[in-house]
Amino acid sequence: MSKHRHIIDRLVDAAHHTTATTPFTDEYPDITSAEAYDLQDDVVTARVDRGHVIVGAKLGLTSKAKQVQMKVDTPLYGWLTSDMQIDTGEPLVCSQFIQPRVEPEIAFMLNRDLCGPHVTAAHVLAATEAVFPAIDVLDSRFAGYKFTHTDVVADNCSSAGFTLGGAAIDPSGIDLRLVGMTLEKNGQLMYTASGAAVHGHPAAAVAWLVRQLAARDRGLSAGHIVLSGGMTEAVTVAPGDTIVARFDRLGTIEIPCL
Amino acid sequence: MTTTLSNERADEFAQRLYDAMHTLKPTSPLTDDEPGMTLEDGYLVQQGIVRRMLDAGDRIVGYKLGLTSRPMQEMLGISSPDLAPVMASHVNQDAFAIETAQFISPKMEAEIAFILDADLNGPDCTVADVLAATRGVSAALEIVDSRVADWKIKLGDTVSDMASCGAIVLSGNVVPLTDFDIRLVGMVFTRNGEVVATGAGGAALGNPAAAIAWLVNTLHPLGEGLKAGHVVMTGALHAAVPVSTGDVFRADFDRLGPVTARMS
Repeated sequence: MSKHRHIIDRLVDAAHHTTATTPFTDEYPDITSAEAYDLQDDVVTARVDRGHVIVGAKLGLTSKAKQVQMKVDTPLYGWLTSDMQIDTGEPLVCSQFIQPRVEPEIAFMLNRDLCGPHVTAAHVLAATEAVFPAIDVLDSRFAGYKFTHTDVVADNCSSAGFTLGGAAIDPSGIDLRLVGMTLEKNGQLMYTASGAAVHGHPAAAVAWLVRQLAARDRGLSAGHIVLSGGMTEAVTVAPGDTIVARFDRLGTIEIPCL
Repeated sequence: MTTTLSNERADEFAQRLYDAMHTLKPTSPLTDDEPGMTLEDGYLVQQGIVRRMLDAGDRIVGYKLGLTSRPMQEMLGISSPDLAPVMASHVNQDAFAIETAQFISPKMEAEIAFILDADLNGPDCTVADVLAATRGVSAALEIVDSRVADWKIKLGDTVSDMASCGAIVLSGNVVPLTDFDIRLVGMVFTRNGEVVATGAGGAALGNPAAAIAWLVNTLHPLGEGLKAGHVVMTGALHAAVPVSTGDVFRADFDRLGPVTARMS
């Protein structure tokens, strides 16, 4: 079995059986970042082959603090598939995940295709149908979230689930950089942040993603949902927890965990 | 809790901190000498410093809350904020140069300031009372500084030391608290153009207005209250950031606008 096939099978099986695996970089330390995105493509294709479709993309490590922690100087990205959607108001069922964590995010829904190496935040905003308060559900397929940059890229950026708030907001006239957010777990305040925590501006993070995709001859499509990156540290969840993220100007998103 | 220090001992500590403020030579922790110092002891020492400042012609223009975030409280092993008067000499104008050399070990914090247009007195002040007495809120910066060497502070030290206040900077924009939730007001804090922190109003005790109600009720047994015209600094929305000469700090608040400090 080829090295790549071995890694892909491990990641796909871990997700399918909700059983954690170990970082492959222990065995294959020489895998490059470009190779890691090749692996990611195959991991996503495995989901598509099971009948799911790509509904958008997500960014990770968009905050300086997390990049320093992971010893990288750029964000990373992955793909969202239809089986990851938790519809508005639906609970997060913990047993469907290995070790779920949640992050509050600002999500974009595009109304036209976006591609090319020169896309900026302004282009992203102009191509945005609506923004939503969102909860990103992470679920690293690596035990204890112990991974390197290449591991997590191949693991599709720990993508596992996401849910959007109930109101689609027109971003016209809103500076998403300044939008404030408080995150509560079971009524206790965990973190506060503003949109600038995401790559300086959430739309700039999405523009970065589009430019990265251009290098691989890809882009985003009309109707795609983009999770622009966690505004705070990820929060561990367990059955019985309730997570509430209150956003100024965008509304509140609440997800009960079963 | 009660006081354990004699008035003489408290006055000696006040002189020690007051001297450190002027010589810029930090002192060792007071709690090294008096490990049993309580919050009340701290206020007793603080009052000695305030008396000296008033005697020198200074004036109380408001109060500051400190230690309003959970991480800071956990670091010092306490469960409540602390407070100190803000003096006229602490106040700087938005975007004016501030001399770094006047501080010992300065750090910068972005906060929301409340400007009152009515008196507030305890013992049962509520969030509703605070909102009703608020003329408006402003973007603000606080330079915290410790007269205790290397910030080796316990609660008794920082309360004594004017709650580690060094200076404040107020935006010129006072925004009435109508039609928005102060808890959700977002803020991005930059140093020399680079984002160093973000936060929202709720970081101050869950709600800055609740933090002020706590302040008023805590001042009551000390025989104090807040006055119309007072400015209240409600506590940092993020971890304090070290300051160097030449730094430009800017806190940009949604709905309140920006405030800038240029360290010369």
